[in-house]
Amino acid sequence: MEFGFTTAAYVVAAVLFILSLGGLSGQESAKRAVWYGIVGMGLAVFATLVGPGSGFWLLSLLLIAAGGAIGYMLASKVEMTQMPELVAGMHALVGLAAVFVGFNAHFELGRVLLMDDSAKKALEGFAALLAKKSQVEINILRVEAALGIWIGAVTFTGSVIAYGKLSGRVTSAATKLPGGHMLNAGAAGLSLICLIWYLSTGAFFPLFILTVAALFIGYHLIMGIGGADMPVVVSMLNSYSGWAAAAIGFSLGNDLLIVVGALVGSSGAILSYIMCKAMNRSFISVILGGFGGTTGPAMEVEGEQIAIDADGVATALDEADSVIIIPGYGMAVAQAQQNVAELTRRLRAKGKEVRFAIHPVAGRLPGHMNVLLAEAKVPYDIVMEMDEINDDFPETDVAIVIGSNDIVNPAAQEDPNSPIAGMPVLECWKAKQVFVSKRGQGTGYSGIENPLFYKENTRMFYGDAKQSLDTLLTLIN
Amino acid sequence: MKLGTPKEIFEGEARVAMTPDSARQLQKLGYECLIETGAGTQAGFSDAAYEDAGVTVVKTAAALWKEADIIAKVRQPETTELKRLNKDKTLISFFNPGGNEEGMELAKSKGATVVAMEMVPRISRAQKMDALSSMANIAGYRAVIEAGNNFGRFFTGQITAAGKVPPAKVLVVGAGVAGLAAIGTATSLGAVTYAFDVRPEVAEQVESMGAEFVYLDFEEEQQDGAATGGYASVSSPEFREAQLAKFRELAPEIDIVITTALIPNREAPKLWLADMIAAMKPGSVIVDLAAEKGGNAEGTVADEKVVTDNGVTIIGYTDFPSRMASQSSSLYATNIRHMMADLTPEKDGVVNHNMEDDVIRGATVTHEGEITFPPPPPKVQAIAAKPKEVVPELTPEEKRAQEVAEFKAQTKQQVTLLAVGAAVILGVGLVAPASFMQHFIVFVLAVFVGFQVIWNVSHSLHTPLMAVTNAISSIIILGALMQIGSGSFLVILLAALSVFMAGINIFGGFLVTRRMLAMFQKS
Repeated sequence: MEFGFTTAAYVVAAVLFILSLGGLSGQESAKRAVWYGIVGMGLAVFATLVGPGSGFWLLSLLLIAAGGAIGYMLASKVEMTQMPELVAGMHALVGLAAVFVGFNAHFELGRVLLMDDSAKKALEGFAALLAKKSQVEINILRVEAALGIWIGAVTFTGSVIAYGKLSGRVTSAATKLPGGHMLNAGAAGLSLICLIWYLSTGAFFPLFILTVAALFIGYHLIMGIGGADMPVVVSMLNSYSGWAAAAIGFSLGNDLLIVVGALVGSSGAILSYIMCKAMNRSFISVILGGFGGTTGPAMEVEGEQIAIDADGVATALDEADSVIIIPGYGMAVAQAQQNVAELTRRLRAKGKEVRFAIHPVAGRLPGHMNVLLAEAKVPYDIVMEMDEINDDFPETDVAIVIGSNDIVNPAAQEDPNSPIAGMPVLECWKAKQVFVSKRGQGTGYSGIENPLFYKENTRMFYGDAKQSLDTLLTLIN
Repeated sequence: MKLGTPKEIFEGEARVAMTPDSARQLQKLGYECLIETGAGTQAGFSDAAYEDAGVTVVKTAAALWKEADIIAKVRQPETTELKRLNKDKTLISFFNPGGNEEGMELAKSKGATVVAMEMVPRISRAQKMDALSSMANIAGYRAVIEAGNNFGRFFTGQITAAGKVPPAKVLVVGAGVAGLAAIGTATSLGAVTYAFDVRPEVAEQVESMGAEFVYLDFEEEQQDGAATGGYASVSSPEFREAQLAKFRELAPEIDIVITTALIPNREAPKLWLADMIAAMKPGSVIVDLAAEKGGNAEGTVADEKVVTDNGVTIIGYTDFPSRMASQSSSLYATNIRHMMADLTPEKDGVVNHNMEDDVIRGATVTHEGEITFPPPPPKVQAIAAKPKEVVPELTPEEKRAQEVAEFKAQTKQQVTLLAVGAAVILGVGLVAPASFMQHFIVFVLAVFVGFQVIWNVSHSLHTPLMAVTNAISSIIILGALMQIGSGSFLVILLAALSVFMAGINIFGGFLVTRRMLAMFQKS
């Protein structure tokens, strides 16, 4: 009876989880959808505690409460610019938890296999489930557990490194140990050997080696990927954390784990796909790190970068009717979103049409810019996706580029030899005037020259984005 | 440095190169401004207004030329004026360098720097100082007004109690800046407007102003106007014939003709011949904006209005901008001000004559005792010189075929995927025990549902999506909860740690998602 109830609760929880993801299709329905997720999670935990979760429920509750308190503190304190780090950090926790649970499955299996038949009958909970398994099932379980541990371990170290890179604790440049991807391939091969070894012996040692190899792969793989590719990395890790949960779900025979793991896994996979598509690069090339080689000499950039001061920008904004702002990671770094929002409010108060154009890979996390702008109280209906707004640039008086570079690089369209050729970009140069707020004359993440800065209608507004906007705001009121 | 503007000495010239407004801006650039007394009177700017703007009013032209380091004026300078230059002075003015050899020699011998406003290259960056355009705009407007003044009827068609009035038909020849301004003015007065230009690429601009573009039945590879810096070039005799034939056909029904056809450094082409004028109705008006270069119409007399035997008025004034002195002065003064801004990148009131700069180089005709005219071609092409690759329009059949092919490819891809997927699942089913298959089906369906659901998530909510999937991936807690009660100490410890970490994630993930979503607000 108890188990019937648990299964029923799991079905309800699974439906709620699906609804909570589906609700994210719109800003308003999303607010409701989170509650579905929360209720689903509560229900799942409750049903497990009263059902198969044998004993120690008080301890469990205490631990959840303690973890919850820390989670609460973290979540209420975090700055929106730090969202990427937070998300990466939380992936690490899921990965580590998956590793531990996988280990436990192995220990339990070992313990149960040593028992005789009468003792097996007396078992309950997870152990009882294990006791009923045949030899083939046990082998499958071992594969599943090993897979869960492996993915979990990759997710763990990968996320820790991603966290370090995003928070600036680890250099965000792509660095590799000598040997490069051969090391990764070697570690993967070692893992495979360990898996076979583990299947034939059932000992802990090969499982341990496998874990260490996976930890190394996670570390080395992410170390080799540069900062601007982080949107792909974070979504990929998100995906992995889901697959790890699904694999563990298989080994524990828990359908809800499988369902949710699969949901999360596919969600992350789709996000990675969207991000890769937005950079016109294959997933493999992002994971292998660095930009692909050029196919010929890059087009000569002609002209010069012409600077402008706040006065000039203010006059142009005053005369403009329509303005499009293109924010990038630089805006997040300079913490300039509040100033951008204030500028938007003032311009809108003067009856000008102000909109934002968001490139899918702007920032360090999918949708990062949207969240930052939302935090600064920019209404979401003026924040547009690339496809929605790209055709409107020719009718726009002023485009302001704040802290983005590669995503507005015309070379992607004009120069077939450019490393980013074919990448979809925001065609801001088609606007009548373009202002680029930028710290200096350097190139973007991809290290390629941006012909936008040399265009006839482009003016460079040098300086820290926040300070530049501060001066600009004093001139517009 | 001091920037001064003298009174124009050319007969009938009412414009002035500095207005109180532009003076205020020039002072911001660090210049001290001077003006000759009475220079702005005819344009409607009194000495007092200048003084209010912080400009020093100088009594005589001689004193002004002596004191100012930079002289900004409108008309081509006369010899007496050029003689007042020396090597420390800069003159900014219309100069007509193509037909003013003498003037350039004189300026060169004096060592002065001369910036000719008509030589500003036609590139987007220099539009703000393109005085030819700003003056042409006024000329185009004024041409229509002058025509209306001499035209005895309404522009717009009306049906009144006293009878029906047909709308006036206006033909604008040459759709440059002046032509477009004339089109705009004529259409807004209600006339039916036609326009012609030898550059077929301007048809779009003409139509955007509300006029109908007159196409010729003539097949010739036209030279792209962009190659000549946006100006018209000489056309072939055959083309000219086709053009005249078209005009001859139009002449009887046209009430007002405004001709603006000019080719740089050449006599204006004769386009409206005597027989066309003879074919026009009495009372019709021709305004010839090319009168200064000989006129487009036969019978145009520069600076005069003539009436032909059949009652057609031909206006050949050359001073249209000057007839609207207040407007043209403020636009010209703004052009000058922008030129000064480019000459003073540091805003310190000192001219930095950067001959590397395309715009400054192009406009400078004498500098440091050298004649620098004609300038080298600008480094930047005037307009995108690359001809656009025209994507051939697909016929409906081709489109249909393409769609069918696409659909087929899609179906093929999908079927292949399904077949491979089914084969894999069947293969797994052959070896795996039933208990595994049960879970496997759940897994496959969940992946499928996941893909369907996630594609609909809006781009702007990708960060909340990651946070929420993060929170629900802590479902791993279930595994830990199941294990925590059964087993050794090590198992309990690891399970407890997992529960703890998942707890952080659940609360953190959901809370941060809620925080983010609450921030999304509609305007």
